[in-house]
Amino acid sequence: MSETAVPGVKQCFQLKSASVSMTSLELYFFDNDEFETTLRDKISQAPGFFKDIPLIISLERYEGLSSELDFFKIIGTCRRHNIHVIGVRGGNDDQRRLARGASLALLPGGNQRDREIDTGPAADTPAAEAPDSPTPAKIINQPVRSGQQVYAPDGDLIVLAPVQAGAEVLAAGNVHVYGPLRGRALAGIHGAEHARVFCQSLEAELVSIAGHYKISEDLQDNGWKTAVQIQLREDLLVVTPLEKA
Amino acid sequence: MARIIVVTSGKGGVGKTTTSASISTGLAKRGHKTVVIDFDVGLRNLDLIMNCERRVVYDFVNVIQGEATLNQALIRDKRVDTLYILPASQTREKEALTKDGVEKVINELSERFDYIVCDSPAGIEHGALMALYYADEAIVVTNPEVSSVRDSDRILGILQSKSRRAEMGQDPVKEHLLLSRYNPDRVQRGEMLSVADVEEILAIPLLGVIPESQVVLNASNQGLPVILEEDSDAGQAYEDAVARLLGEEREHRFMSSQKKGFFSRMFKGG
Repeated sequence: MSETAVPGVKQCFQLKSASVSMTSLELYFFDNDEFETTLRDKISQAPGFFKDIPLIISLERYEGLSSELDFFKIIGTCRRHNIHVIGVRGGNDDQRRLARGASLALLPGGNQRDREIDTGPAADTPAAEAPDSPTPAKIINQPVRSGQQVYAPDGDLIVLAPVQAGAEVLAAGNVHVYGPLRGRALAGIHGAEHARVFCQSLEAELVSIAGHYKISEDLQDNGWKTAVQIQLREDLLVVTPLEKA
Repeated sequence: MARIIVVTSGKGGVGKTTTSASISTGLAKRGHKTVVIDFDVGLRNLDLIMNCERRVVYDFVNVIQGEATLNQALIRDKRVDTLYILPASQTREKEALTKDGVEKVINELSERFDYIVCDSPAGIEHGALMALYYADEAIVVTNPEVSSVRDSDRILGILQSKSRRAEMGQDPVKEHLLLSRYNPDRVQRGEMLSVADVEEILAIPLLGVIPESQVVLNASNQGLPVILEEDSDAGQAYEDAVARLLGEEREHRFMSSQKKGFFSRMFKGG
């Protein structure tokens, strides 16, 4: 039996913060028939991928009339294809009011660029889109000092200096620190489980990959103050020395 | 144009005002026209250490608010005649230091002086931000203990992100580490961080090491910048720091309890 916050009273649940990676559907305009055709087409390219996934409707590039937005139809069509619309992102006040009317969650507009999900060679993609060039890594040359935060929202973060105690470095991809890592390092913050943390000297307060984390206390026994990489294996953070990797 | 130097630390009680008084006195003693400004509105101390508290009529805030001219507020030091003090207000709110007001005063001082030394209050609030905003160089005063080092690291981050140089995208503020209250015996016993430890963590160039000394306290109480105690080790350490600030090469002293064993200890990597 685990202890609850108030002794003797076992709470029904606990709220925890979670960050999960989700698919968002960027809507440009809405026409029920066309929506269903496009959806069916996308699913046919990767049927397993879309089964029972949660979906966010992103309205940031929506160009149609707000009055044409029929969330009930969107939800219905998606549900017929086993996709669960859970909320909308962005959009103006009218659009968000309509979404709320359809019991959808309202998410703040994200200004980060979403990666297009590649569903394989699409036969009838209207125009050949430019190949997704890899997101350039964010490179920091100066020490990241206590109280500072450096964030690479799209790709890797490379720090060519110390990350000091009380500082925080975050990346959607890998975090490289070519100096002592004394602060917090969070890799794969949008849920990329393959992301890793590399550092010249592990002295971190906290290391996290895709939401799985270890605090300083739990890092002391393995590779402390040496050059290591940290990766996620079966939901566990594994520290390995760099020279033996 | 004057060189604007902020003396800052984040943490309180590490020796900012002592350092401001000695560095500005040292610069002035070498003939440079120097003014030292107390930014600690409401907790002014610099005038005590400079022994001019009985001559304060107008202060920094009066000048900012146009109630007095700079000439009325500046106090000329009695010992070194190229040194002036601009005292803080003891009665006003620290918000009286507006960015525009401070800029106006600093610009005006810039035309008349070679060096402007800004004595920052502790913390990372408005007063401290104003003191460092216009700085070209920063002397970060640190005691050899972990909390002081952490706070210095924080203030270094702020210098890099919130100073005028950072906001304008100019060359970054030049940073100097001044380690004060250093006690080699206690370092040897493992009760204090060593110079090497602090340098390693903060990764900025070392301007000087000021030994912990009763002389510093006595000098403060007498209203004498300790740099004028020329026979004391703390006074000489400040003298060295001023020389290095002006680009001279000086060997670091007072880092070991036995002066004889200094080199052997340094080179053993102790």
